[in-house]
Amino acid sequence: MAGKQEPNGIVLTEAQKKSRRQRSIAIALALGVLVVLFFAVTIVKGPAVLVRPM
Amino acid sequence: MSVVDHNAIELSPRISEADVADYIALLKPRVMSLVIFTALVGLVLAPGHFHPVLAFTSILCIAVGAGASGALNMWYESDIDAKMTRTANRPIPRGRVTRPEALTFGMTLAFFSVMTLGILVNWFAGGLLAFTIFFYVVIYTMALKRWTAQNIVIGGAAGALPPVVAWAAATGSLSIEPLLLFLIIFFWTPPHFWALALFRSDDYARAGVPMLPVVAGPDATRLQILLYTLVLVAVAFAPWPLGYFDAVYGVTSLVLGGVMLALAINVYRRREGSEALRATRKLFAFSILYLFGLFATLLLEVVAHAVAPSIW
Repeated sequence: MAGKQEPNGIVLTEAQKKSRRQRSIAIALALGVLVVLFFAVTIVKGPAVLVRPM
Repeated sequence: MSVVDHNAIELSPRISEADVADYIALLKPRVMSLVIFTALVGLVLAPGHFHPVLAFTSILCIAVGAGASGALNMWYESDIDAKMTRTANRPIPRGRVTRPEALTFGMTLAFFSVMTLGILVNWFAGGLLAFTIFFYVVIYTMALKRWTAQNIVIGGAAGALPPVVAWAAATGSLSIEPLLLFLIIFFWTPPHFWALALFRSDDYARAGVPMLPVVAGPDATRLQILLYTLVLVAVAFAPWPLGYFDAVYGVTSLVLGGVMLALAINVYRRREGSEALRATRKLFAFSILYLFGLFATLLLEVVAHAVAPSIW
């Protein structure tokens, strides 16, 4: 599970690199969805976006 | 001069191999799907126009909030999950995800779901979602589950809140209808989970969880299942004569309630051997169909009203 300790630092195994890349893509997609969501709601609400009823 | 001799320390940081599927498993996708469905019904039942983008945002936030609750539940319960056959394959007991990773994941999702719902929709709904997550994680998971046999009765409130949150998102307030939906899920939870606990009681006993069959025995549990089913069937039927839901719902509720009650009586009567086990499994399976059937009927009624209001 743990990366192999090398004199120049930790070298990730192929499995670790692959799972890290998968996680990075998932985080990027989630952030993208969040940005699109905020943009879309801003357009939908127009000036009312600043009105937030309790 | 260096105080620490770096050559003497074997650094072996744990580098995760957890993939996206492990993190999705932390969200309890099956529970999440039921939450999305019940929340959707709460949303479509709400009066007035609600923009589809805001409706989608609300459902997404409620779903992510439910997922966050699931991840935080698995973070706290990893010790008992490892002892139970049903949960031993979850990402933490399997060693795919560490507890701190699950905690960080759950807290991050909880924060973003509540803040997004509050900022983009309304803070009443955001506050209710925060309360739902708090109730499930702190009140149910941390306080009740290992302490009392009434754990799932009180804790069931968390699972019953999603349609209420959805209604609050759509209207900014509360009304009788979402509270009726709340009561249906609330009284559905004990027979559903006690049926599961009856055929998983060895699992719960091994993990030290005081579920009703472990603490009070299977016969007392069978009686409680029957009593709660009686209340459930009455509560689920009441909205029709009270004028809140239509006749189609009322008839569906009667038919499904009749089957649910017959299965609960069967569980109460058959107490030994494979027949008892079969009766319990049947009730557990049908209870899911029962809740789905009731909520699907409400959803279809709203759709039918919208598509053909004159015929309906």
